[in-house]
Amino acid sequence: MSAAGGSILLVGVGGQGVVLASAIVADTALRSGYDVKQSEVHGMSQRGGIVSSHLRYGRAVASPLIEAGQADVVVATEWNEGLRALPYLRPGAPLIVNLHRVVPPGACRDRLGGRFGYPPLAVDALAREVGDVRACDALAIARRVGSPKALNSVLLGVLATLVPFPDHTWREALAANAPRGSFPANAAAFDAGRALRYPDETWVQAAGAAPAPNGNEGRARGAPATLALTEPWCKGRACGICVRACPELCLAIDGRDRVAVVRPEACTGCRLCELLCPDFVITVHDTVVEAR
Amino acid sequence: MTLGAAMGGARALAAMKHVGLNVAADTFMTAAYTGARAGLVVVSADDPGMHSSQNEQDNRFFARFAGVPLLEPADSQEAYAFTLLAFELAERFDVPVLLRSTTRVSHARGVVHRAPAAGPPAPRFERAPEKFVMLPGYARDRHRALLERLAALEREAEASAQNRVELRDRRFGIVTSGIVYHYVREVMPEASVLKLGLSHPFPAGLVRRFAAEVERLVVVEELEPYLEDAIRAAGVPVEGKAYFSRTGELSPDLVARGLERAGWPAPAPRPRHAAPPTAGRPPVLCPGCPHVTPYLALRQMGAVVSGDIGCYTLAAMEPLRAMDTTVAMGSSIGMAIGLARSGGASGPVVATIGDSTFLHAGLPALADAVYNGTRVTVVILDNATTAMTGGQAHPAAGVTIRGDAAPTVDLRALCRALGVGWVKVVDPYDLAGIRLALAEAVAQPGVSVVITNRPCVEMPVKVRDHPFTVADGACIACQACMNLGCPSITWSSGWHEGRRKVQIDAVTCTGCTVCVQTCVPGAIVPAPGRSGKA
Repeated sequence: MSAAGGSILLVGVGGQGVVLASAIVADTALRSGYDVKQSEVHGMSQRGGIVSSHLRYGRAVASPLIEAGQADVVVATEWNEGLRALPYLRPGAPLIVNLHRVVPPGACRDRLGGRFGYPPLAVDALAREVGDVRACDALAIARRVGSPKALNSVLLGVLATLVPFPDHTWREALAANAPRGSFPANAAAFDAGRALRYPDETWVQAAGAAPAPNGNEGRARGAPATLALTEPWCKGRACGICVRACPELCLAIDGRDRVAVVRPEACTGCRLCELLCPDFVITVHDTVVEAR
Repeated sequence: MTLGAAMGGARALAAMKHVGLNVAADTFMTAAYTGARAGLVVVSADDPGMHSSQNEQDNRFFARFAGVPLLEPADSQEAYAFTLLAFELAERFDVPVLLRSTTRVSHARGVVHRAPAAGPPAPRFERAPEKFVMLPGYARDRHRALLERLAALEREAEASAQNRVELRDRRFGIVTSGIVYHYVREVMPEASVLKLGLSHPFPAGLVRRFAAEVERLVVVEELEPYLEDAIRAAGVPVEGKAYFSRTGELSPDLVARGLERAGWPAPAPRPRHAAPPTAGRPPVLCPGCPHVTPYLALRQMGAVVSGDIGCYTLAAMEPLRAMDTTVAMGSSIGMAIGLARSGGASGPVVATIGDSTFLHAGLPALADAVYNGTRVTVVILDNATTAMTGGQAHPAAGVTIRGDAAPTVDLRALCRALGVGWVKVVDPYDLAGIRLALAEAVAQPGVSVVITNRPCVEMPVKVRDHPFTVADGACIACQACMNLGCPSITWSSGWHEGRRKVQIDAVTCTGCTVCVQTCVPGAIVPAPGRSGKA
C-alpha cells in the first residue's frame, strides 16, 4: 500500500470487534502522521447483523467512504462477509479473511429442500479470483494465544505487514484502545497474526478449519410428506396436542372439532404429530428413505 | 427538559435521531417562539438509507417549519465547531438552533482540533411570562418576534463564513451541504462549489451571486430537494433531483454517476470483482433473548400483534413472524385499541411493548384502553434495560444512567394503578407458562397485561449459564427448535429422513433452556464439562 495514503475496508458480524479494530487502525494512522476519516455502519449489529467500517488515510482525506473497486485491502473477520465485500476490493489488492464462520439462522431455512444457504469455504476458488488471499482461523489463533475475543487483533497483525505504519504506533494504539485488562491478550494476538507467512499459511490454515455442511448433497426430500387422518378418533379442541407440536403450523382444529391439515405443502414428515397423538389419529406417509 | 434548563439559564443540548424530533416537535415548534436565556441546541441525526430506522424523513424541513437556524456539519471537525457556533447563535439571537447531522457524519471518526470555548454564565432563572408563557395573547407577540429574528438571521446566513464559495471551473456550480460536500470534492475536485453550513434562513443573495458566476447551477443533496426548492423559489434556474435519488444515501460513486447524467465528464467506474453468492445476514434476536417465547406463543395462537420499537421488532421476521404492525415509539397499545375496535381482527388483539418504551410512551394509551373498556392484551417485555440502543437504564431499571441506585417503578403496581384488572408476571423461559398466561389473558373480558420478567442476556450484565448440546443420535431433525430463530442453533452435517439435524454452538449458547422445552425427543442435553461458564 502506498505511503501517500490508502483505503481500508473492515467487515464482519456484530460482536466480533470490527468497530474497535477500525478505531485502532484509525488511531495508528493518526499516530503515524496521517489525516484519517472513518465511517462505520452497524445498524442493529448487536443483533448479529453486518458491520462495515470504511477507513481512509492520507495527507488530507475528503470522503470517508470507499467506493467499489477502490479498497487497497479488505479485512474480514468472517468468511461470508469477506465474500460480500469482494466488489469493494481493488483488483490485485489483498483480502485478509478469517476462516471462522458465523452461520446466520436464515441460512438454515429450506426445510424441505435442505439447501444450506451459506457459501462453502472454497479457499482455492477465492484465491484464483482474488490472487492475494491471506486467510487464517483467527478465532482459533486468538484462543490459543490468550483470548478468543482478540480475534480482531490477529487480523490487525496480518494487516500490519501491508500498511506503512511504524510498529510503535500499532503498540500505542492497541494499548490506548483495547478494553481494560485485555492489552496483553490483544498484543499476543497481534503478534501471532503478524508472524503468519503467506501464501503458505493460507493453505495450512484452511486445511485445519472445521468442516461445515454444504449444498443439499441430494439427501433432502424435496416434496412434502402426506398425512392420513382417522378423524372419528380425534378429541379436537379438548386435546390439540398435535396443533401445538407441529413445527410447521400445518395442523388446526376445524369447525367440526376435528384435526385438519391446513398447510399440506409445508409438512416435512417429522412425525411429531404421529408420535404425540394419544389416540392414533395421524399416520405420516413418508416418501423419502434416507440414503445410506 | 432541555428547554426548561435553557430557560433556567444553563446551556442545554438535546440529541436525538430524526424521528425523535417528531416526538419533541410539540415543544420544539413553540420553543422557537419563546427562545431561552442560555443556548438551546437540538441535534437531530437523519438516517438516509434507514440503516436502523423506520423512515428516512429529511429534518431540514423542521428548521424552516419552526423558523430556527439550521447548521449542517460535513465531518467530525465541523460537528465540533458547529456545536460551538450553535450555542453562540442561540444566545446571540435568543433562538433554539437545529444542528442536523446524518448517519455518515455521526457514525464517523476524524481528526478534531479543539478550540478554547468560553464558559457559559452562571445559571439564573428570570421571570418573563410574556416570553415564556405561551397564552395566545403573549404568543402573538412572540410570533412577530420570531419573524423579526428570522430577518436578522437571514443577514447572518448571507455573511456567514460557514456558507463558503469555492470558485474553480465555471461550467458547473454545485450547491451542497453536509457530508455530500465531501463526496462532491472527492469526485470533482475542480468544480465550483457553494457549501452551505448555515442553510436556514436560506441565503438567497449569496446563491444568486454564485449562480451569476457559473454556467449551470446543480444541487447535490441527500433525500428531499430542500435546497433545490429554496433556490427555485428565489427565482434562480437550478437542477438537482433530476440526477439524484430522493431515497437512500448518496456516495461518491452515486454523486459521480448523477453528475455524469448532468453532463459532467465523470471518471469511468473502476474494474471490480464480481459479487459472489453469499448468505443474507439480517439482524436477529440474541441467543437466550427473553423476548422469543411470547412471540412463539402468540403466533401459534393466531393473535393479531401490534408491535413497537425495540429489539423485539425483529420478531416480525422469519422464523417467528409474529408481528403485524410497527409504526412509532409507543404506538403499539393505541394501535391495538384501534385494531380491536375495528372489528376486523382475525384473532385476539395483543400489543407487545418493551419496558423502556412502555414507560416512555405507552402509559396514556393503556389508561385509555382501560377507561374505554377495550378488549386488548398488552404484553410488557420487561428486560430491565433499553437493549436496542445499547443498554441504557430507565425508571424501572433500579439504577440511573450512570449506574447509581435509583427508585424503581413497579410495573405490576403501575398497571393496577391505571385500572388494569388482570395482571400476571411470567417467566419467559417457561414456554408452557407463557402459553398458559397468554391463553388466560386473551380470554379476559377487558384489558389484561402479561409482564415477562427475565433480564436482557447482554446488558447490563452478560447472563451466561451452562450451555446445551445436541445428542446427535436422538435428534429427529423436526426443526422445532429452529422455530426459535436462535443464532446458536444451526444445521449440523447430519441428516435424518431427508431433514437436516441441528447443532448448538456452545460458545454462544446462554443455557436459557427454551430450546430444550421445544425438543420432543429430548435430544438437547447439557454440554459436557463443569457447570458454569466464564
